[in-house]
Amino acid sequence: MSPFLFWPFALLMLVFGAAVVVNRNPVASALSLVVSFLGLAALFMSLDAYFIGIIQVLVYAGAVMVLFLFIIMLLDLRAEEGRQVSWLALIGGIAVALALLVQILYVIHNLKSAHQPFPPLGRSTFDDVRNVGLLLFGSYNLPFQIIGILVLVATIGVVLLSKREPR
Amino acid sequence: MVTLGDYLIVSGILFAIGFAGVMVRRNLIIILMSLELMLNAANLSLVAFSRFQVQQSGLPDYNAQVFVFFIITVAAAEVAVGLAILVALYRARQTTDVKDITTLKF
Repeated sequence: MSPFLFWPFALLMLVFGAAVVVNRNPVASALSLVVSFLGLAALFMSLDAYFIGIIQVLVYAGAVMVLFLFIIMLLDLRAEEGRQVSWLALIGGIAVALALLVQILYVIHNLKSAHQPFPPLGRSTFDDVRNVGLLLFGSYNLPFQIIGILVLVATIGVVLLSKREPR
Repeated sequence: MVTLGDYLIVSGILFAIGFAGVMVRRNLIIILMSLELMLNAANLSLVAFSRFQVQQSGLPDYNAQVFVFFIITVAAAEVAVGLAILVALYRARQTTDVKDITTLKF
């Protein structure tokens, strides 16, 4: 929770998150997304959520990113060159996003507990895999199994979608 | 000291960046990446609230972390299905630009 760790990683995450949107080359965007997610994983760890931080690195920086890069290279996408930037869409999109940001900041500013530092933990959270697992297989057993079905359906759907149609 | 508000502000800025990406960019792959940014911004604020809400036992509120676990799973499935649809679209139209997909446009 030290500010010397929080601000560099937060800045890293935000700068590379912006790079995802700004880059014209999809490969550069995907690699910026990896760095952004690594910064986010560091922020999770600074919040004593070690399990979530490691899952973040494994799932996003590992699996999802390989998927993105694989598809980009499979489709052989180049940087979109020669395409005219639509200024109306650009200005409108940025204006709506800024309006949303202002509203979020206003809500956070009016939240009383947002100005308090984090209360200290009574125990260390190095065994949080155990605690998350107990909740997951205890109180959240049914949602956990439903999520298993969801992943199965997604797998079958992906296979079906990417199957070549017989002519 | 870093407060809860700092984490929420960072999360809000990340969400706004992802939202701007969805609004401005026209490449479908970049739009999917921006969606991931938005989902992760929500995850960050959930974990921050989890750490802020210390329980009687002296541990953070793990309900939020279980929720984040579910979000990560659903997001991974969503990316897989989204990219499969993208590949199918590219086979049919040879494009990933949303400006070229106007069949349903009135």
